[in-house]
Amino acid sequence: MSKPRIAFFDFASCEGCQLEALNFVDEFLALLEHVDIVNFREAMTEADWNIDVAFVEGSVTREQDIARLKNIREHAGKVIALGACACTGGVNAIKNTRPLDDVRSDVYGDKKDWFPTFATRPIDQVVKVDGYIYGCPIDRNDFLKNVQLILMGKKTLRHNDPVCVECKLKENECLLSLGIPCMGPITRGGCGAIDPTYGHPCTGCRGLVDDPNVNGATDVLAKHGLTVDDIKSYMTLYNAFKAEDIDEQ
Amino acid sequence: MSSKNIDLHVHHVTRVEGHGDVLLNVADGKVEHVSLNIVEAPRFFEGMLKGRAHYEVREIVSRICGICACGHSLSSIRASEAALGVEPSHQVVDLRKLVLSAENLSSHYLHIFFLVAPDLFGVDSVIPLATSHKDVVVKALKLKKVANKMSDSIVGRHTHPICMDIKGFSKLPTVEKLKDIQRQLRDSISDIEFMIDVVASVAGNIPDFTRETEYVSLGPINGSKEYPFYDGVIKSSEGITYYPADYKKVTNEFITPDSTAKHTRHKRDSYMVGAMARFNNNYDLLRPEAKAVAEKLGMKAPCHNPFMITIAQLVETVHITHDAIELLDSLINRGIVPEDYSYTPKAGKGAGAVEVPRGILFHNYTYNTHGRIEEADAVIPTTQNLENIDQDMRVLTPTILDKPKEEISLLLQMLVRAYDPCISCSTHQLNVRFA
Repeated sequence: MSKPRIAFFDFASCEGCQLEALNFVDEFLALLEHVDIVNFREAMTEADWNIDVAFVEGSVTREQDIARLKNIREHAGKVIALGACACTGGVNAIKNTRPLDDVRSDVYGDKKDWFPTFATRPIDQVVKVDGYIYGCPIDRNDFLKNVQLILMGKKTLRHNDPVCVECKLKENECLLSLGIPCMGPITRGGCGAIDPTYGHPCTGCRGLVDDPNVNGATDVLAKHGLTVDDIKSYMTLYNAFKAEDIDEQ
Repeated sequence: MSSKNIDLHVHHVTRVEGHGDVLLNVADGKVEHVSLNIVEAPRFFEGMLKGRAHYEVREIVSRICGICACGHSLSSIRASEAALGVEPSHQVVDLRKLVLSAENLSSHYLHIFFLVAPDLFGVDSVIPLATSHKDVVVKALKLKKVANKMSDSIVGRHTHPICMDIKGFSKLPTVEKLKDIQRQLRDSISDIEFMIDVVASVAGNIPDFTRETEYVSLGPINGSKEYPFYDGVIKSSEGITYYPADYKKVTNEFITPDSTAKHTRHKRDSYMVGAMARFNNNYDLLRPEAKAVAEKLGMKAPCHNPFMITIAQLVETVHITHDAIELLDSLINRGIVPEDYSYTPKAGKGAGAVEVPRGILFHNYTYNTHGRIEEADAVIPTTQNLENIDQDMRVLTPTILDKPKEEISLLLQMLVRAYDPCISCSTHQLNVRFA
């Protein structure tokens, strides 16, 4: 049986998730025994378009991205969203919270028209997506587990338990109880609660769980001294994307 | 030859971070146009930052780049601290220097052994090398792992560090972890020496090309004897220095229609930043172990061959490794002590400049009285190198026109790769188009 042919592509992103995949070192070499990497611009020159699984990192932010993504979809058996930018829009969607023209002139001044852009969107707003690997960046263990599932033809992990579950299992002291505002209660787990483990509050990089109790979480954050502006900041750090923002264009 | 016509568009240069094209147009043996065009999607970070709070700025700008996330974090923290009037402790500064060392090591290893080495060995990627030169690839991975482990131990992970904030750390590493890093760095020295011999064996394949330019990096501040990465003045090889707050006097950013990344220039048509600029400007401050490697590989300061950037990086890995071992001695002897990292935000303006793998990186912020960003600016090393790459290509291309098209294409791509461009960063955006 021939090995599955996998490929990596990226749109607006920092490419940190692909880099994390390269950073696995030992596991990455082991992975190479089970798959053929056929298209990975960041690491190799040759490129092949006969693809079983395409990992797509980054958000769609321009008209030309749409055609490129659709072309990848056409050539790939499965399309997997890799990391927050592809799954939820990630930090790129912060720009959707301000008028686009303002954002463009902040960066390119009176030359802003040279660089067209539209509201940031996760890739599933453009093509059918077969699986999601969440996080900014992706978590190494979660990535490997998901790759295994994908290669076995199964679904990726949805992670509907919030970060708090893994945080408790790690016996971390609750940051909320220390008076530090944390998004753990409504954020998808699967990261091993790495941020709270390092004393840093969860800021929601893996997206919110299905049907999150946002009002409840807002109350908790307000109780811990956050102002309306602070809460809005927290809620929009990685989760600013709203489907309406696309419709308005 | 004089009637040669070439129409070359390298769509998306490979083995670089991000999307850039090389464009070359030759008519009747004359180069009409050659440039590196940045086609990566712009991300508008400066626009995103407006209105965000002091405690989340570092986390957002880390996301500009997966390779130099720690460098962006540190330049950002330094700018915020300058703006908010916050002074970090000696312990915090030392730990930050280690974080920067880990990132420079990790990124240099990635560039030298995974992105450039295939060119020197004449293959398409590191994957065939894993079979033909397994010991080299395994050692390269091992070295990279040491650097990654170093970041993991201090800031949780290398791509988007977790616990490093304004004034301090949300969690401090234990002395045991520091001792473990130090042991691994000591053990890595023999692997680095092996890799230096490997590079020496293929160094003959590094193209010979010379174009003198201006070199910009950090320079020592107040008579410091440290090869500066974290702290210093802005130093130009034209004999001028500036304080970080005056960075705009050096960068003078301008916009071109072919590129979603901005360009910069100072005293000449262009300037270079990065390992070779640091090597040229601060050679005297390198450790003797690093100078010996430069000598072994035939690199002298000042060096004007951009293809030698890779060698400058290798020299720096030796310097950084020995330096970090020494710094760890000092931290371990003092012990890690808990400190108060609270501060009160206030209105203010401040700039930060640190040396990240690809060169000097500036962040500059204005905060309002609520500790929220009013104005933010970041000038990235690759942005500063883009004009220099174009100028190099204009001088290099006419000298290689007698070569076959494929070879011209490869040499131009190798030139771009030598700079280790980070295109996501520069658009906060790389492809080769032959137009």
